Amino acid sequence: MHITVKYFGQIVEVTNTQEETIEVVGSHISDLVGVLNSKYDQLEKKDFQIAQNQELVSLETELIGLEIALLPPFAGG
Amino acid sequence: MNRYNRHTILPEIGQEGQDKLSKAKVLVIGAGGLGCPILQYLAAAGVGTIGIIDFDKVELSNLQRQVLFGTSSLGKNKAIAAKNRLEDLNSDIEIKVYPEALTYQNALELFSQYDIIVDGSDNFETRYLVNDACVITNKPLVFGAIYKFEGQVSVFNYKNGPSYRCLFPHPPKKDAIPNCSEIGVLGVLPGIIGSMQANEILKIILGIGTTLSGKLLCYNALTSQTSIINVKKNEAIFKSILKNKEGFHKTKVDFHCEVEVTMASFEDLLSNNNIQFIDIREADEQPKIEGLEVTRIPLSQLENRINEIDAIKKKAIFCQSGIRSKHAVKILQEQKIKNCFSIIEGALEIKNYLKEQY
Repeated sequence: MHITVKYFGQIVEVTNTQEETIEVVGSHISDLVGVLNSKYDQLEKKDFQIAQNQELVSLETELIGLEIALLPPFAGG
Repeated sequence: MNRYNRHTILPEIGQEGQDKLSKAKVLVIGAGGLGCPILQYLAAAGVGTIGIIDFDKVELSNLQRQVLFGTSSLGKNKAIAAKNRLEDLNSDIEIKVYPEALTYQNALELFSQYDIIVDGSDNFETRYLVNDACVITNKPLVFGAIYKFEGQVSVFNYKNGPSYRCLFPHPPKKDAIPNCSEIGVLGVLPGIIGSMQANEILKIILGIGTTLSGKLLCYNALTSQTSIINVKKNEAIFKSILKNKEGFHKTKVDFHCEVEVTMASFEDLLSNNNIQFIDIREADEQPKIEGLEVTRIPLSQLENRINEIDAIKKKAIFCQSGIRSKHAVKILQEQKIKNCFSIIEGALEIKNYLKEQY
């Protein structure tokens, strides 16, 4: 399955891109995260939440595709 | 011509709406990059009571984005300096200042005096403290946060909506994410995000439009793209925050921003003869300090070389500019090592000072 993944904030510093298409074999969000972790070895150190089609999801959520976003918290003010 | 004419001629606001604004009480946490535009628009709009809490002082590097301040504000407390500017903007409103840090001890009492709480802070500890105190006191929270060229805006704990913890349940790993005093930020970005927060505040007070409750707005200044993510309320999280209501004021302060780090000038520390100077720069960093006994432990190795820290002497820590030394003090404090100071000056200034003296 081809998934469009968007990166925000500090995550972009790990991926060096704001958006890309990822090929995933598997049916859950955790499968996508597994692919991303093996592609970017610094990603595991980052805190982020995952949204699928603009809804927050967990690792156990079924991967249905379209658009995934990796959202880190921001502290700055 | 009435000051609020451009408001009152809008049918959506009218005199009735303007009266709502003048009766509203809004507390702004932090008079920094976000706080400045928020405060400016709230005062201009005639929000009747505005509270400002900030312990920090105005520095030259703040003026790139903290638009309420000028060179005449340098060294002054931010809450007080902001009040001075806002009183000139609108003398019809009441501005209360709290030139102190927000803590678990003062938050509940303070929040209970206001209708809306606004987060313009710059560290996670304060953000989680503000969120939890809003849940306990049942106050809406208008949230904004920035990172380099990106910002997040939302409204939490409003009309049975989610809280910040429903989005990010726990603070990130310690020091995983630097704040604005350590990293760059595009000057106009807090202006945009803070103005969006001011807009949410005015909508809540006026009861018009739809707020960002249940939605996280993400803005990217480089691409001008906006994304909105839906956030659902998590009842279990609310319950666990409320469960801590009684013990809330006893929560230990664990700010890893500038709050707890004691800073001292090199000159003051030098006059103290029972002191260990620690250079936490990496081995290849210049200039080297000569004419002073210095323990060299790079920040990256500090936690593994704690045994080289003198147990009795005062510890004076320096780096290239005075930022990493603060981190080092935090690390040592976490290891329960007392009497640690971050030297305000950087290595070059220390070297020059020593050169002049000897």
